[in-house]
Amino acid sequence: MSKYLLSTDHKIICFQYMLTGMAMGLIGAFMAYVFRMQLAWPGSDVPFWGQVSPAEYNALVTNHGTIMIFWVAMPVLIAAFGNLCIPLMLGADDMVFPRINRLSFQVFFLSAVVLIASFLVEGGGFGGAWTAYPPLSAKAHYNLTPLGSTLWVIAVGLEFVAFLLGGINFVTTAMNARAPGLRMFDMPMVVWMIVIASILFMASVGPLIAGAVMLVFDQTVGTGFYDPATGGDPVLWQHLFWFFGHPEVYVVLLPAVGISLDIIPTFSRKKLFGYKTILYTAIATGVLSFFVWAHHQFVSGIDPRMANIFTVTTVLISVPLAEMTFAVIASLYGGKIQLTTPMLWALSFWAEFIIGGITGIFLGASGADIYFHDNYFVLAHFHYTFYPIAIIGTFAGFTYWFPKMFGRMMNEALGKIHFWVSITCYNAIFFPLFFLGLAGQHRRIYSYEHFPELALPEYQAIREFATTALIIMLLAQGVFFFNWVWSMFKGKPAGKNPWKANTLEWTTESPPGHGNWRHGEFPNCYRGPYEYSPEGREDDYWPQNEPPEGHEERVKPAAAPA
Amino acid sequence: MSAAVRPMANLRSASGIPTGRLGVWWVIASEIVIFGGLLASYIMHRLGHPEFGDYAAHTNTWLGGFNTFVLLTSSLSAVLAHHEAQRKNGQKAFVYLWYTIGGGATFIVVKAFEWTAEIQAGYTITANAFWGFYYTAAGLHALHVIAGMVCLAFVSFDARKNEELHRVELIGNYWHFVDIVWIFLFPLLYIAK
Repeated sequence: MSKYLLSTDHKIICFQYMLTGMAMGLIGAFMAYVFRMQLAWPGSDVPFWGQVSPAEYNALVTNHGTIMIFWVAMPVLIAAFGNLCIPLMLGADDMVFPRINRLSFQVFFLSAVVLIASFLVEGGGFGGAWTAYPPLSAKAHYNLTPLGSTLWVIAVGLEFVAFLLGGINFVTTAMNARAPGLRMFDMPMVVWMIVIASILFMASVGPLIAGAVMLVFDQTVGTGFYDPATGGDPVLWQHLFWFFGHPEVYVVLLPAVGISLDIIPTFSRKKLFGYKTILYTAIATGVLSFFVWAHHQFVSGIDPRMANIFTVTTVLISVPLAEMTFAVIASLYGGKIQLTTPMLWALSFWAEFIIGGITGIFLGASGADIYFHDNYFVLAHFHYTFYPIAIIGTFAGFTYWFPKMFGRMMNEALGKIHFWVSITCYNAIFFPLFFLGLAGQHRRIYSYEHFPELALPEYQAIREFATTALIIMLLAQGVFFFNWVWSMFKGKPAGKNPWKANTLEWTTESPPGHGNWRHGEFPNCYRGPYEYSPEGREDDYWPQNEPPEGHEERVKPAAAPA
Repeated sequence: MSAAVRPMANLRSASGIPTGRLGVWWVIASEIVIFGGLLASYIMHRLGHPEFGDYAAHTNTWLGGFNTFVLLTSSLSAVLAHHEAQRKNGQKAFVYLWYTIGGGATFIVVKAFEWTAEIQAGYTITANAFWGFYYTAAGLHALHVIAGMVCLAFVSFDARKNEELHRVELIGNYWHFVDIVWIFLFPLLYIAK
């Protein structure tokens, strides 16, 4: 048992992050189920929960958001896939700091325990929304959860420390542990995107860590950093939160983009269109993400002239993302597309994310945002952005690398059933919410019965429809878990390279043994990762480690280190 | 993978920069933004609250100045330890590292006296926003000093055995960072009255 709990092997740590992230995902999804049931059928007993009190509703909504972003999207997309992909795709045996890697997970796990513990203390879990705006979050006599709110901040703080440790490992590993001959511009997209995301995280989270320290002091010691009565300023928190919070969208987005960009060329059997351009636009997106945060504060009394500037930067960020989307289309154009389960997830990522992106333009415009702010339009936009990132990105990566992780193939029929039911239900849940938003339905309301003008039957029917779709979607996840467990033991043996892909992880055993490659068999690298259907070759792929043929021009790999 | 066996990844240096040095620079970069956020928040408050100058007048500039001198000097001994480590003289590096630890300890002791006097005078963390920032920023910095002292001690024992001498440079870089943070804190909290 200690082999698994105390291992420094990146693959074990990947599983630890993945299992913890998915377990937290189930908790977060269950929370969504409970509060959506309350919205659809207010006041009735929710199966497996009972009556939902207003305080419980607030705590569920708050922690659903917190868990899904910080305990699902980040651990799975960055930490689990980072741990799985980075050493294997670089031809290395582990991370450069294996013990820090293990420590990173241990701190992360502790943070999850603290978050769950926050529900069990007197007053219950924190219910001041995942953005934790003061003064609501800062004073116990407002939020009525004296210990729960403090534990919530501590849990988030520990989680940040875990990802700082992990991020340092990822970036340093990508910089230094590459196989001989593997240049930075030979790295697969997912590695690049996790590196850029890690740097973004490191650069943006610091102010919020400082802000969280101040918030804990406001809660526990009685300071007034965010209290106007003692010279503090509640808007300060909003600046610190969103200076991190907006880049955070791209912190989790970019790894999901990377996963889809690795899958799409594999199953369209075409070279990725615009490799370097995509990288430069990803970096541009990251840089721009630091200059858009105040679009979350258009209704916080911001100077309209400043709001105009943030409107421009916000709309500007759609340019690099649009470029990436066009690169995807160009990579598909004329390809021999294979609609495998991973490919369906990868394609749906872009289809759904486009809806999130386009609706974001409405919210980025300060004038329109005054109407949309804090109604269901925002909520629908947000979920059209984050669901593709966190859920679709995860399933795309998981189904793609499943053969490498477990040595067997997943069942394609079950995979497709899971995909189509999930994707249909997801749209059925969130698309109608745009209309609720347009109708002015405010979010964070426990029961619309208290607001007769908002509780019209047609709106209530939409809420019931969306909640029913949610229940079906949750049930469909049973298909996924069945497929996972069944395929682990009974799936068709995968072999080294079932997808006929180019990147280095497919050149070793499935699953890779201790140290990934046998000593003396570590791969060298001779070319980029997306050489599909090259001219003059019989095979329609060309693994990165295959030695050059004939007159192919390429730098000879340097000697392996001692 | 056993902790005793270094992975091959740890021995590679595709960028040409030693892995440990890269790692520490990333740690320092992420720490800079933590203190950056705190100091930016303080400066924004300071600009809007001229009365902060009056509160700052109650800080002990002499003790703050003395601590600045102590911390800077401790950085000098960290540099000398690095110099000795480069010459493979772990024994001498050990001695200089303990000079640095001594400097850190002096800094903490002086700060303890300073805070005791201020708290007894009624300038507690809850007195107003200035004192809130004062104790939070200086306290966070003091925690970094203590963490640095612990790391220095670990590195010094290895250095005495002439092992892992490259770490002397790494912990030195961290100590200089802690020093530089204080260089910003001292004028902002003590001098700008």
